[in-house]
Order: sequence, then structure tokens, then C-alpha cells
Amino acid sequence: MSELAKATAAGAVPESMETYSPVREFWRRLKKNKLAMTSLIFLAALTLIAVFAPYIAPYDPTNGVMADSLQKPSAQHLLGTDELGRDILSRIIFGARISLRVGLLAVAIALSIGTVLGSIAGYFGGRIDNLIMRFMDVMLSFPSLLLAIAFMSVLGRGVENAVIAISIVTMPEYARIVRGSVLSVKENEYVQAARAIGNRDGAIILKHILPNVIAPIIVRGTLGISTAILETAALGFLGLGVQPPDAEWGTMLGAGRSYMFNAPHLVMFPGIAITLTVMAFNLLGDGLRDALDPRLRQ
Amino acid sequence: MQPLLEVKNLTKYFPVKKGLFGRAGSVVKAVDGVNFKIYPGETMGLVGESGCGKSTTGRVILRLLEPTAGEIYFKGKNILNLPNEEMRRLRQKMQIIFQDPYASLNPRMTVGQIVGEPLKVFGLASGAELEKRVQKLLEYVGLAGYHARRYPHEFSGGQRQRVGIARALALNPELIICDEPVSALDVSIQSQVLNLLKDLQREFNFAYLFIAHGLNVVKHMSDRVGVMYLGQMVELADAKELYSTPLHPYTQALLSAVPVPDPKVKKKRIILKGDVPSPVNPPSGCRFHTRCFKCLDICSRQQPEFKEVKPNHWVACHAVQ
Repeated sequence: MSELAKATAAGAVPESMETYSPVREFWRRLKKNKLAMTSLIFLAALTLIAVFAPYIAPYDPTNGVMADSLQKPSAQHLLGTDELGRDILSRIIFGARISLRVGLLAVAIALSIGTVLGSIAGYFGGRIDNLIMRFMDVMLSFPSLLLAIAFMSVLGRGVENAVIAISIVTMPEYARIVRGSVLSVKENEYVQAARAIGNRDGAIILKHILPNVIAPIIVRGTLGISTAILETAALGFLGLGVQPPDAEWGTMLGAGRSYMFNAPHLVMFPGIAITLTVMAFNLLGDGLRDALDPRLRQ
Repeated sequence: MQPLLEVKNLTKYFPVKKGLFGRAGSVVKAVDGVNFKIYPGETMGLVGESGCGKSTTGRVILRLLEPTAGEIYFKGKNILNLPNEEMRRLRQKMQIIFQDPYASLNPRMTVGQIVGEPLKVFGLASGAELEKRVQKLLEYVGLAGYHARRYPHEFSGGQRQRVGIARALALNPELIICDEPVSALDVSIQSQVLNLLKDLQREFNFAYLFIAHGLNVVKHMSDRVGVMYLGQMVELADAKELYSTPLHPYTQALLSAVPVPDPKVKKKRIILKGDVPSPVNPPSGCRFHTRCFKCLDICSRQQPEFKEVKPNHWVACHAVQ
């Protein structure tokens, strides 16, 4: 036997024996992606700004000086003031707190429930699959905003309830995506191999299937953060989410809408904030996907 | 001697869904009443055209697919009645090597994790002990210990197949089902892997169910060979006997198609008419009668019995006495 081993492994010289760390490898690959790194830095900075908002913001975000209303950007008010004389920069800084929290929380909740339901439905199939997915179809058949409003009217107003409503409403989409990916991945021979070597169903899903469906989940999740941010804005606009005078980007956008032509900075800056944040999440998602896939390694 | 594995009347139908509400319509009769035995330490080959149910047979034996009917005895115990947990433990004794080495290894796991997983699942080794055994297994299949830290995509097809073999060996099984283990490999690599499989059998003394469509490969590997056609076993005999005196017309046709590496040899090839009929709606009587060159009247009416016409030579054909 040892001769056989020698014969077939001949010519193979052991390489350096440094230990391999998947985390370090992932980080090394992510660092190469400049767009993803820029997005990561942007989002990290945004998070810091959100956390330290009271120390950074130059003005009180909720109390304005009426005399200073609708001012154009100036040295005093870098991004101008709104119709109630509040400093827009300060409101955007404080708004980051709500937008980031709502986006991340809503996606985290929706993604975890959706992943559990979707992988159970996809893996076991049959009746369970039908039961879960038809229920998801029912939820998807309502316009999501309408359903969110319905949930809000049951739960009551406020940011926390908005998070819950948005996560319930967006959850079926994650369940669907996870189920679809699980369906295609579970047909792979390595899943059968996992069963043949004695793995239980739970271990097969966790160790062999989910790691291989992570790419679409991450990409959808980052896109979902932006959707969640926008839905919060919509709820705020309808008076159900963030309550005035609290600052929130979507609410600012909605409120500034009526002044769009004579004071465009009212909608422009919150709009830019949303766009940049959403874009950063999407680019980061792409970068994560590439970095997490060992097959794309150069 | 008690057979290691005995398969009785094994049947697997796949339902073909029809209609808007998924009413079960017709069925694909992938395996339809197959019988055979495998003894400890031997290699039984299983040949047939693609779609004849060889792979399904292999998967059903491991209960990766649940059979529609029939019995499977492993060391005298019917494994189809086993509760999940007991079946799971029995998997230590029966392993499988897959056809496609590109699909059978989880791309997110290192080779070391893949090979060590069976040991981990059954709690047979951990930590440094696990690492040592993984290294040992990799050496058995002709890879080097440092390969354990690499990912499957860093290997060639032949090397990947060796990883799959190491994984199957990890639990020290008594039966390994080889589901066309070399048909996805280059010809130059095929013989290396086949010889490895033979050497390992000599060393560890397990039995193989060797599924393949290449007759040469099966001849090289097997002690006994079964020939399948449309979900049924048509002939089963010792390898030498089967290749020297095939009795079933289908086997004769298959063997006449094997190329001989000598341009001067003029062989008479038996060309079969038509295609393999659909397993959804197989022909009446003998399933081969539509393409058979020895077809009798009775063939379309009555299914021939699978009987022992010579010692250890079984065949299902009306034309064979």
C-alpha cells in the first residue's frame, strides 16, 4: 500500500505548512475589491456617524428657527434648512440612525425566518413545501405596502412596529429565494454523499446546503436593506412609521416634496443619502458574494 | 456462505406528474424486479445502457432513494424496515463512490473536512486523531497529507475522484457501491483509478457493486457480472463465463460492440434495431423482444423467467434452454 501511495504521489513536494484560515482568505479577497472596500468604509463611517450623531450634528435636528426656514446651503447651514428652519445636515445625520437600524433589523429578522422556512420547504418538499409556500404566496399576493399598513394598524405606530411589519411583509421573498436555491443545490451529488456518510437532515441543511446558497441570500439581503429603508420612508410618509418631528430620510423626502421647485435641496440631500447608502449596500453585497465563493479565487 | 447483500425483487417507480394539480399519472419503471446477491469481498459488476436503472439500483440499496417494492438484506437483515436512526448507523458499513467527481464534493469544504466528515459524524475521531486518520486516508488513495487543506476545485478530476474514494473508505465499510466511478475521467486516468480500487479491495477486503456502462472496465474489475436492460436483470454470471459464452441475445449484442484493439480482427457485430423503448411504457412480455434478433412468438406475450440455466449462470430468455 505504501508503495502505491508513493508511486502515485510521486513528484508532489509538500508545500509550506502554514495553517489555512478561511476567514483570513475571505478578507484577503474582499480587500482586493476596491468598490466593495469603498462601500464598506462608507458604511462604517455612516454607522459611526449614526452612533455619535448627538456629538457630530451641528444643530438640534428637531427644533428649528422659523426665521431661517428654506435657506439655501451656506457656510452656516452646509446643506441648508427645511421648511421649519431645521438644519438638514443635522437631520440627515440623525436620520442615518433610524434608516440603518430599520434596514439592518428588518432584513435580519426577515432573512432568518425566511431562510428557516425556505430551507425546510425546499429540502423536505411534498406537503410541508406546499403548506409553507402557498402561505407565502398568499402573503405575496397583497401589495407589500398595503400589507405593511395593515400590520401597522394592528401593531400601532412607531419605528419598532415598522421594523416588524416590514420584516413580515418582505419575509416571503427570502423564503422563496432560499427555497429555490435549496432545490437546485440539494440535487447535487455531494448532498447525497452527505447522507450516505450518515449525516442527519439538520446537519445536511446546515453544513452542506446553506453554505452553498449563501451567495444569492447575501445579494438579496443587501438589496433588501435598501428596500427596507425605502419602505420605512413610505410608512413614515403615510404617518405610520417614524413620527414627526423625528428625522428620517424618507420622511424628509416626503415632506420636502412640496418645495421641490423653489428649494430643491430639501429633497436632493436626503435623496443622495438614500442613494449612496443603498448603492453601498449593493456593492458590498456583490463584493461579499465574490469573496465568499472559493471557486472564483484567482 | 451468507451473502453480504441480497436484493430481492427490487422495484423503483418514479411517478410522472400530470395535470394542473399534480395527479399521479403514469410511472417510470426505472427498476422492475431485480434480484441478486453479493458475497463478502467480491466485486459484482452491473452493466447496461444509460437509463436502464443501474444507478437507481445502487442508490436504492443505500436508501438514498426509497424503493417502491422489494427487499434488501444486508447481512441477513432487511434494511428497508430499519428506523431512520438505525439506518443511519448502518451507513458505516455501506458506502458509495459517485460518478461525477466535480459534483460529489462540497465546494465549500476542504479536502480534509470532506474526508474527515464521516469520522466526525459518527464520533469516531476528533482533533489530532482525526487529522492523523485523514492524512492516512489521503495516503491510501495516493494523495499527500498536505492536500487536506486545499479545496476540491484545486484538484484535477482524477484527484477529486481519489478524494471521493478516501471519503468512502473512512468508515471502513464492508460494501462500496461504485456508481460509474471512472466514466467521467480521462481514459489515461481511468486505469489508475481502477487499479487503485482493486488495490484497496485487496488491502481492506470489502465488496464492490461496480456499476458501469463500459464492458471492458467491468470485465477488468468484476468477479461476477449482471446485465440490465430496461430496469430488469437479463443475465448474471461469472465474469469469465459471461464474456466467453453470453447466452442472452442482448448480452451477445453488447459484447459484439466492444472494440478490439487490433485492426486485423474482423468481428461480426450484432446491430440492434431501434432505440431503447421508454421505461414509462415498456414492451409486453420480454422487454427486449422489440429489438431482439432471436425473437420468438412467446416473447411478446410472456415475460421470461430469470432462471439458472448453468451453475451460477442466470438468464431471462425464452430462446435459451
